[in-house]
Amino acid sequence: MYGFEALTFNIHGGYLEAIVRGHRAGLLTAADYNNLCQCETLDDIKMHLSATEYGPYLQNEPSPLHTTTIVEKCTLKLVDDYKHMLCQATEPLSTFLEYITYGHMIDNVVLIVTGTLHERDVQELLEKCHPLGMFDSIATLAVAQNMRELYRLVLVDTPLAPYFSECITSEDLDDMNIEIMRNTLYKAYLEDFYKFCQKLGGATAEIMSDLLAFEADRRAVNITINSIGTELTRDDRRKLYSNFGLLYPYGHEELAICEDIDQVRGAMEKYPPYQSIFAKLSYGESQMLDKAFYEEEVKRLCLAFEQQFHYAVFFAYMRLREQEIRNLMWISECVAQNQKSRVHDSVVFIF
Amino acid sequence: MSGQSQRLNVVPTVTMLGVMKARLVGATRGHALLKKKSDALTVQFRQILKKIVSTKESMGEIMKTSSFALTEAKYVAGDNIKHVVLENVREASLKVRSRQENVAGVKLPKFEYTSDGEVTKNDLTGLARGGQQVQQCRVAYVKAIEVLVELASLQTSFLTLDEAIKTTNRRVNALENVVKPRLENTISYIKGELDELEREDFFRLKKIQGYKKREIERQMASAKEFAEEQVAEKLALQKGISLSSAHNMLDAATEKDEDIIF
Repeated sequence: MYGFEALTFNIHGGYLEAIVRGHRAGLLTAADYNNLCQCETLDDIKMHLSATEYGPYLQNEPSPLHTTTIVEKCTLKLVDDYKHMLCQATEPLSTFLEYITYGHMIDNVVLIVTGTLHERDVQELLEKCHPLGMFDSIATLAVAQNMRELYRLVLVDTPLAPYFSECITSEDLDDMNIEIMRNTLYKAYLEDFYKFCQKLGGATAEIMSDLLAFEADRRAVNITINSIGTELTRDDRRKLYSNFGLLYPYGHEELAICEDIDQVRGAMEKYPPYQSIFAKLSYGESQMLDKAFYEEEVKRLCLAFEQQFHYAVFFAYMRLREQEIRNLMWISECVAQNQKSRVHDSVVFIF
Repeated sequence: MSGQSQRLNVVPTVTMLGVMKARLVGATRGHALLKKKSDALTVQFRQILKKIVSTKESMGEIMKTSSFALTEAKYVAGDNIKHVVLENVREASLKVRSRQENVAGVKLPKFEYTSDGEVTKNDLTGLARGGQQVQQCRVAYVKAIEVLVELASLQTSFLTLDEAIKTTNRRVNALENVVKPRLENTISYIKGELDELEREDFFRLKKIQGYKKREIERQMASAKEFAEEQVAEKLALQKGISLSSAHNMLDAATEKDEDIIF
């Protein structure tokens, strides 16, 4: 199929690709960020944003703005974009778009399960869920007391069902298990998404496998760093790494036995794409790692727009928007907390 | 001023004077003690005030860093990390207990926090992204709580101490300006009354003495007169008529003369 997609892609995907590229033009530019960084108050930020695509979402907000409101409204805009595209999409693009949201869906399921374990009100929990990860039967999650019930009663009908096969063995739900469950699910999700993209073939498979491999590798590194010094055993850690990506399988073996950040760095520096990221960090420090990873991700996502006739642009657009919302959150928090000196620390310019 | 003219309503006796003097001594000692207490409290008060100022200054900084740590955690781990952490909480790991501390007889409430030591509980939160930031945020907020607890403790003792100092000062002033002058006035009043009584007695004695003197003189005079009369009587008897009957004859002559009509 490779090479012929240009012939037939536009029959179904042409309109939406045009739309997503139009949306891409609406992403904030470096000039916008510079202006936003100059702002003194949240109202200034609102004013600047009113000239962008976020304008209509923020214009009716009453004046004492909060950062959460800004983030909420910007997320709403992303959700609206996404829903619009999903409505227009045909197979297999619609499945592809749904795949993008599974990550949030996993987060929501985990959030509700955790809340239920601690006997919180389900209605309250639902309000806290990410809007992209909602599905119809999410409220019924509260009835489940253990994994088997959770699977049998609720999740069997959702797209997440296949991912549960791996972690269904553990019977009790407690704090430790839940975090491991979340990561096991996410691992299964990434692998499934990867397989799905391979099945689609063509430029989509090519670009998406690159993006997903990066995502998987980043998760592997983060899990390693965050689990240093915790009760998580090496074998458990090893099990949370996704079975694809640049680091698979030898890098994973090395990461699994790392005991401190410098060992992680030693393991990662053998891989040329990640060498540059770790070269930026000074020894023994992991603070800037997240930003470095975000920057690298944004670079790769932007490259996805360089090719035409593939689905990775949708994935890239969603991810870029999420990064943009993170940036906005950071800027407005800095402005609100009067920490202007830190404003440039974590903003990742997209263009 | 108002205390100047006041005195206790007592009977001015020597016993009362003794009682009053004892009370005055008591009041003076109480005043000295209370004054000392007030000074001690004021010293403590100043210290607490100094601590409050420094704690408040550091609190601003710490709250700033901790809320920024939250921002960092949100940036890396996503906005929902807040809920994930919140839903994981079963019971508070930091608890505040209060106990009392005694400063110069004033019971000051002190707060201290105890942690359950369950540090590992949230360790796996944000395993895939932002776990470290969440931990940092946690550390930063624990520090913020420490400062808040300290500040609360200081503020409460500040208020209690303020109240105590006010009461003590009021007592000191009352003793100094009302009770003591009143007692002093009473004492001087009793002394004055007693002096007055003494003077009256003295005058009375004088008076009686004078009277007695006069009486004696009079009696002497009358005795003398009597003696002279006796002498005259004797002379008259010797002439054959008593002096009194001589008087009577004269009297009878005048009575009869009234009936004579010329």
